[in-house]
Amino acid sequence: MTRLLEIEDLRVQFFTSEGIVRAVDGITYHVDAGETVAIVGESGSGKSVSALSILRLVPDPPGKIMGGKVKFNGEDLLQIDDIAIRRVRGRDIGMVFQEPMTSLNPVLSIGRQLTETLEQHLSSNKVEAHARAIELLGLVGISEPERRLKQYPHHLSGGMRQRVMIAMSLACNPKLIIADEPTTALDVTIQAQILELMKDLTRHMGVALIIITHNLGVVARYADRVNVMYAGRIVESGVAEDIYHRPRHPYTRGLLRSVPRLDQPRGERLEPIFGQPPDMTQLDDGCAFRPRCPFAVGRCEHERPDLEAVGPGHESACWQRDELDKGVAA
Amino acid sequence: MYKYIITRLLLAVPTLLGAALLVFILLRAVPGDICEIKLGGTGLYVDPAEIKLCQDKVGLNDPMHVQFYDFVTSYLTFDLGESMWTGRPISYEIGLRFQLSLQVAIMATLVAILIAIPLGTISAIRQNTWIDYFVRTFAIAGIAIPSFFLGIMIILGLLIATQAWFGEPWMPPIEYVSPLEDPLANMSQLIWPAVATGYRYSAVATRMTRSALLEVLREDYVRTARAKGLMEKIIINRHALKNAMLPVVTIITLEFAFLMGGLVVTEQVFNLNGLGNLFVESVLNHDFTMTQQLVMLVVLIFVITNLVTDVLYAWLDPRIRYS
Repeated sequence: MTRLLEIEDLRVQFFTSEGIVRAVDGITYHVDAGETVAIVGESGSGKSVSALSILRLVPDPPGKIMGGKVKFNGEDLLQIDDIAIRRVRGRDIGMVFQEPMTSLNPVLSIGRQLTETLEQHLSSNKVEAHARAIELLGLVGISEPERRLKQYPHHLSGGMRQRVMIAMSLACNPKLIIADEPTTALDVTIQAQILELMKDLTRHMGVALIIITHNLGVVARYADRVNVMYAGRIVESGVAEDIYHRPRHPYTRGLLRSVPRLDQPRGERLEPIFGQPPDMTQLDDGCAFRPRCPFAVGRCEHERPDLEAVGPGHESACWQRDELDKGVAA
Repeated sequence: MYKYIITRLLLAVPTLLGAALLVFILLRAVPGDICEIKLGGTGLYVDPAEIKLCQDKVGLNDPMHVQFYDFVTSYLTFDLGESMWTGRPISYEIGLRFQLSLQVAIMATLVAILIAIPLGTISAIRQNTWIDYFVRTFAIAGIAIPSFFLGIMIILGLLIATQAWFGEPWMPPIEYVSPLEDPLANMSQLIWPAVATGYRYSAVATRMTRSALLEVLREDYVRTARAKGLMEKIIINRHALKNAMLPVVTIITLEFAFLMGGLVVTEQVFNLNGLGNLFVESVLNHDFTMTQQLVMLVVLIFVITNLVTDVLYAWLDPRIRYS
């Protein structure tokens, strides 16, 4: 497997009136060609910001990428000029956003929004772009593509719009697609359809996928590898199997126990994670999760644990990582 | 859509009727009439019989319902009746000035659009830079400077500048020339009032363009457009501006309707014989028939402009569909 994307020590800060928010605080991970990597975390954990930073789409101001590297095919996307990053956006890396309702332009036809990417990157003429747009809509399972091209986003349902977004992201045969909570705004039945579609298309076309979600069901089913984020850092990383069945970080464990699962006896009580996510302007040197952590020890107060291997391809950032090994089928 | 336009035009009928009733009553609620002004304006003693004779002649002594009936029928037959003051047909008096007012209003609107949209856009894109501050100051100045003052400054500026550069002062022509006869002379006369009023009325539109665009630029679909790797020019022109134009269109069309009847002071400064002057004169003279028909004309212009605005909305935003 070749390394498609390597993120090294990426740091993003937001300069707000309440103080500096360290939204992404030194994360490192990689994506191989054709693989699906999930980034899991709750709201405000920095998962979306870290994804937007790959294409330098974090609004500046207030956000600013403070350091690190985002190597795509060996080239650092944070160093190249504005014209070069524009060529990567939409051509080599496609994006699918969370809200299909607001992510499509309401006053432009579906056809216009699909073909403009082709015209921009592949210099397609109108006829070629039109033909490709019809092909793309067919690919994402939209019937009567000819008619849909003339329609506007408000004519389509949420699921349909997300299919259009996926078609747009696939338009130029990218090598990587970043999907930022692609199903959060959709009905449950539609969620499954959209995820299946993305899985099929990415596997079929050999496109790598970064899927950002807070839904652990999505992770279990679709991801090859998982990065769990908390307070701007990756706290656990590993193959989906390990994360799901052998979590080695209290936060991952808490997440898994707080959602109902079909493989658990019915009537079992769910265990919430108590407390609130930390104030991101007030992070200290200790572990950010310790106020909510049932396993916290004195050391967590002033020393922040780094990611360390706990098994093959499995890393956890917790002083108690070895204790958590014992008897936890989550 | 056609059905909608027809419905709207039919709905204009009660609007016009209401306006007719209102102006009819309000004019007669004001003390004094045209005969007292005409005959007694000099302050000398006037024989009441003479006033009565005059009132009989212009129809002021007819019963109210007859006067109203005359007013409405003259409107509906496009005859418009005669001016109480000059005795000439109102259609002639209005026709004389309508072309000029329409031309100035259209030119001022074009000036305003040409100032407001580019400046508002650049100010939004370069938010909080010196360009933005400059544009905002320029816009505020437009609201703050009365257009008569700006008009006087323009005339003085022209005189001084031409004196300095060409050795002799030049002033815009005083006599109105139709653009069909001599476009150049026509333009050299009307461009100045158009700039003076256009600048003033671009001010609100500039600020509206700026704030609407700033709002739109924060929308998710603009981020999507960026993520697609589109050029900034396309993102602004195709994705953002079309969404930001709705409030700007409202302001510009409303101001256009306003200019058609409200250009009083600027007409004075540039010595233009437009509808605004006619309006003021006929009100001061208690020229009921003339004032009534002028109000009806302005109301009609507003009704049509509003309809055009709504049609423009539907064209700009496909989500808006009328039925």
